[in-house]
Parts: sequence; structure tokens; C-alpha cells
Amino acid sequence: MHTTRRNFMIKMLTTTGYALGLVFSKTGLADWLASDFRRRTIGTTLTELFPDQVLHKTNKINLKLPRIAENGSVVPITITSSIENVDTIYILSEKNPVPLIAKFTINPELETYIGARFKMQETCDVIVVLKAENQYYQTRQKVKVTLGGCGG
Amino acid sequence: MSTIKIRSKRLADYTLVRTLIAHPMETGKRKDDETGELVPAHFIQTLNFKHNDQLMSQCQMGFGVSKNPFFSFQIKSAQAGDIVSISWQDNLGYSDSAEHIIR
Repeated sequence: MHTTRRNFMIKMLTTTGYALGLVFSKTGLADWLASDFRRRTIGTTLTELFPDQVLHKTNKINLKLPRIAENGSVVPITITSSIENVDTIYILSEKNPVPLIAKFTINPELETYIGARFKMQETCDVIVVLKAENQYYQTRQKVKVTLGGCGG
Repeated sequence: MSTIKIRSKRLADYTLVRTLIAHPMETGKRKDDETGELVPAHFIQTLNFKHNDQLMSQCQMGFGVSKNPFFSFQIKSAQAGDIVSISWQDNLGYSDSAEHIIR
């Protein structure tokens, strides 16, 4: 296409706007920690996410997960718990390339409840960790995956 | 059109808020069916859920969350007319937000 002065100016403005948008969004994302979402094994993930912490096993966390997931790219999960004052919920999948799926902060105005859908690479345990009053609680449940959902 | 859909339901003990976001959530490892090239990673990193301007939950996620992410929350006490909002930002700098009035 023949570049006129007007076209050139429009292009300049849009690219500058986009670049500025990127810069500002980066500052807004300051609290998204890339280190939390690195590719690594479940063992290192747990020790780096919860350094020097004991993850108490508990039966007070209820997970609603399918026993067999036919499609690993959409696995529904529902988490409820009777533990009081929960402030953070972590969802991890043991054998995913990035084991940490998501973490949620929970305001006291919310019930201890999260529903979500996530991907699973292969059959493994799903681990849910709750943080309440600086104590960590965990529970795990095995999900059988027929078709992996992480692509490639 | 907004990428975010929000639905709410007032129940006896709590208010259920469900949200569905249209987003590809690419892992960066998937190959394009036609060209065979890797599709670059493109996924939501943070999601904020607010109730009347008060932050209820901040979610940080990786690409382990499914395509077109779905989340649900339960607010302990919400009145009719209350406003809930969802906003997200992804790794390529895109973002969106939407508001919803609880009936």
C-alpha cells in the first residue's frame, strides 16, 4: 500500500498507544508473580510456594471433582470448606507442566467457596491448599484423565 | 461486546455469582492445526471480583485454567441492587471489565 503522510501518522499513533498500554498494564500486573507459575515439578512448587510450612492434611475441605475426566482440557472443580477465616485458596494439579493452576484471595465477606474449570495433562492428584490464620491445610483427590488437555 | 458474562442468584444463605469469560487461554505449547506453528501463550493472569467496590477476591492464574474460564463465588450477604464487577488482565496487556446488578 502506498504510504501517505496521514496513514503514517495514524500508524504511529496506534503503535505508540499500544506500547503505552503495554507499559501501563505491566505496572498493574506487578503482583502477578511469574515465579509462582514457572514450569517445574510439584515438589519444588510446593516447597517454593509454601517455604518451611507444614501442610496439614484435613478432611474439612470438600472437593467436588469428577472421578474420571473424559476431556482434560475442561475439568470442573468446586471447593467448599468448614475451616474458618480462610484467606487464600490454591489449586494445584500434580503432573501439569505448571502445577499451580490458580490462587484466590478470599475476603471475609465471601463464603469459603470457589467454582472453576481447569486443564489437566494426565491422570494425577489434584491438590487444594487453604490458608487460614497463617496455617496451611491441604487435601487431594485423584482424577483419571482420558484425554490430556494441555496441548502438544 | 464485552468478553465477560455475569449471572447472579440470591439464595437463602448466600448469593451465588457466576462468571464466564471469553478468552483463548493459550498455553504456548499448542500447535496451529493448519500451519503447524506454535500458538503463542495468551492467558489471563489476574482477575478481580468486586462487590460494591470492595475487593472480594483476587485470582492469579496461569494457563492451567481452561479456555473460556468459568468461576463462581458465594457472597455471604448481598442485597438487590448491589453491584458486582469482574475485571481481568492478560499476559499480552489486554483487559476487560463488566458490571452486574444483583436482582
